[in-house]
Amino acid sequence: MNKINFLTPNKENLYTYLYIGIFLFFFSVLDVFLNSFYNFNLTGFLPSSISSVLPLILGFIGLHLIRIEYSGIKKLDVLNKNINTNSFNAFLSLIIIFVVIKALPPLLSWFIIDANIAGDSKDACTGSGACWTYIKIWFNRFMYGMYPNAEQWRINLSFVALAFLGSIGYFATEKYKKYLTLYYVVIYPIIAFLFIFFFISGGPIFFDFSYGIIAAVISLIIGFFIPSKFKMYYFIIVPITIYILLKYVLFYEALIELGKLEALEWVETGAWGGLSLTFIVSFFCLIFCFPIGLFLSLGRRSDFPIIKYISIGMIEFWRGVPLITVLFMSSVMFPMFLPEDMFIDKLVRVIIAISLFEAAYVAEVIRGGLQALPRGQYDAAKSLGMGYWKMHIFVILPQALKLVIPGIANTFLALVKDTPLIFVVGLLEIVGMLNLAKTNPKWLGFAMEGYVFASVLFFIICYAMSKYSYNLEQKYKTER
Amino acid sequence: MENRGITFGYGFLSQESSFDVQFSLIEFDGSHSYFRAYLVGLLNTILVSVIGIIFATIIGIAVGIARLSKNYLIERTAAIYVEFFRNIPLLLQIFFWYFAALRALPLPQKAEPMFGVFFLTIKGFFVPAFIWNNLDIFIYSIIAAIISIIFVRIHARKKQETEGKQTPVLMISIGLLLILPLLSFIIGGASFTVEVPVLKQLSQSSFTYEGGIGLPPELIALALALSLYTATFIAECVRAGVQGVGKGQKEAAASIGLTPNQVLKLVVMPQALRIIIPPTTNQYLNLTKNSSLAAAIAYPDLVLVFAGTALMQTGRAIEIVSITMLTYLSLSITISIFMNWYNKKIAIKEK
Repeated sequence: MNKINFLTPNKENLYTYLYIGIFLFFFSVLDVFLNSFYNFNLTGFLPSSISSVLPLILGFIGLHLIRIEYSGIKKLDVLNKNINTNSFNAFLSLIIIFVVIKALPPLLSWFIIDANIAGDSKDACTGSGACWTYIKIWFNRFMYGMYPNAEQWRINLSFVALAFLGSIGYFATEKYKKYLTLYYVVIYPIIAFLFIFFFISGGPIFFDFSYGIIAAVISLIIGFFIPSKFKMYYFIIVPITIYILLKYVLFYEALIELGKLEALEWVETGAWGGLSLTFIVSFFCLIFCFPIGLFLSLGRRSDFPIIKYISIGMIEFWRGVPLITVLFMSSVMFPMFLPEDMFIDKLVRVIIAISLFEAAYVAEVIRGGLQALPRGQYDAAKSLGMGYWKMHIFVILPQALKLVIPGIANTFLALVKDTPLIFVVGLLEIVGMLNLAKTNPKWLGFAMEGYVFASVLFFIICYAMSKYSYNLEQKYKTER
Repeated sequence: MENRGITFGYGFLSQESSFDVQFSLIEFDGSHSYFRAYLVGLLNTILVSVIGIIFATIIGIAVGIARLSKNYLIERTAAIYVEFFRNIPLLLQIFFWYFAALRALPLPQKAEPMFGVFFLTIKGFFVPAFIWNNLDIFIYSIIAAIISIIFVRIHARKKQETEGKQTPVLMISIGLLLILPLLSFIIGGASFTVEVPVLKQLSQSSFTYEGGIGLPPELIALALALSLYTATFIAECVRAGVQGVGKGQKEAAASIGLTPNQVLKLVVMPQALRIIIPPTTNQYLNLTKNSSLAAAIAYPDLVLVFAGTALMQTGRAIEIVSITMLTYLSLSITISIFMNWYNKKIAIKEK
């Protein structure tokens, strides 16, 4: 039997060190565990000052004893490498383990064990934990705001339809893949706009929406018989023409008749709210800010001084001011410049303001991608006889946008996280609804539950977005 | 504009404001002008931004280094923190701290003192104030210490370049920073007394603390949310910066016999800082702009005092919103001009 030196564990008496070390380590974890879960103190017979730090000391010694390099036991080596490389690391690891064990019981009790979800009034919440009843009762309001209950199917239907239309790209076969860009850049936003501004808001202009849908369907059907050379122009001109024809020539008489019929109930934008408003605002701002940002970034690199300096001015202005002041401007300053009888809806003003604001950030991100491309790409495209737009659409932008996917995703994430700020103009999306619900006299004192609920929702949305952008980045990654 | 009967002009700035601000760094009441209200708001914005920047930098660097740790538990903890706090809207975090977390604090009369002198209550955080005698001498001593440290550094560099000998600059610097201010106490006559906050009864059930410095809960909630949120971005900048230094650089430095500390100080950090500083400055700028969310919890910053209260009272929407925007704009343009200059200065000079 070799001499055992406890200060420098070595391989010779491996198992002696190992058993003592593991025992000490698990004893310390067990002590903390029993202490926090069952309120039972294993070392209660010792003075309290010693017993409170004892697990730390024991665990530290235990980890020190099992810190043996190249022990030959695979699991031990992995453990040592990951949490136990030196004394300082071992100490930090122990602290983290203990804090997690200590924090679990109160968290569990607040979230699940002592929480209430039954009942439908404040009185049902008798436990010391969270009152999920509050969330349950207000759930509808948090999702749809003040939108009338009977009409909420319209929001649901619109979102389902838009999600379906948005996912068409996944089902498209090779033959139609080339039209996808056109579809997503031109047709899909128009359909989405029609859906949200006519279907969700309802009223007499609902008929506009139906004409729009008819126009889109007819033009899509005719579209298959058009030579691909003209398709680009076709999809911009024809739907609008059919729409105008339908509205003013063919159905003009019918419209007057139909106008007397009972249409969908009109819901003003002030009543929209909750999570659905968060989605609507972020969706439109995403759609609008990208093309604006693209043009700004191209403008900033333009050879025409006027375009260049206007773009620089726009970008630097929007990037230099906080969003809250932009919204202030759109709500108190902007109406003053309009003619007296003209009125622009609050929601539209907000969407314009946020789109312009985020477009400046998108522009800077895209500029980064444009600058990263070598000059040779421009020269090669020009030598093939391509003009400015052709060069950018087919050569430069596909490569540049691919490079800046993470940056654009970050900007979009920032946009989604900025939507709660629309409370400045009096629109209540989910955070605004929470603040409203919090001040309801029947439901005072549940601020924590509401904020935790909204945080979890936002976390899920944003985390999913960032993971999706990461996948996208991996998918389009090409070796250069 | 004309047909709505709106006049345009900045003359209102010198009018009497006739409103009060809860918390201001300079003296302010209703008899002061709107321009002074603007200054109050601006100073409060700067105060919360500076506090936020300091804490965000400390937390951000710590978490960024933790993200690079080889210890799995530390790395995961830091990663969870970053993912969690940066995916939740800042406004929600501010509301959470202000309406949910800080409201759970005890009332002033029930507050337990921390270390006997700090009081964390629902009405704010009360800390002792230092009342200085001969403060100027103390400040001069610190300035003298900093100047002498610069001289020592220059001398040490010269010595290294000419003779190849290294001087323990860090120890000398710390020594100077300790000794000179200490001398100012012993010889210069600088001294201070501590004023501890004392509980004071305002009415039957209303208490507050008097003396010391009282930080309002709005400031705490705002600074807390801003620094925790921005720290996640700074942490990612730090991580990207350190990872951006090629592995070959570290190996090359180690192979010419530098110690691990020297590798970090002389090879890794100068290159990493080149990557870290520009985005971090951007984050500082974002933090300053985000501090305008203070309006949501009624912390009297520039937006609330000037674009809120003053605008309501005067109705000068165009002037006030434009002044507010110009203030933020000039702030960020100054910083971005400085950053462009700095970027050009530290960029690798290629042939």
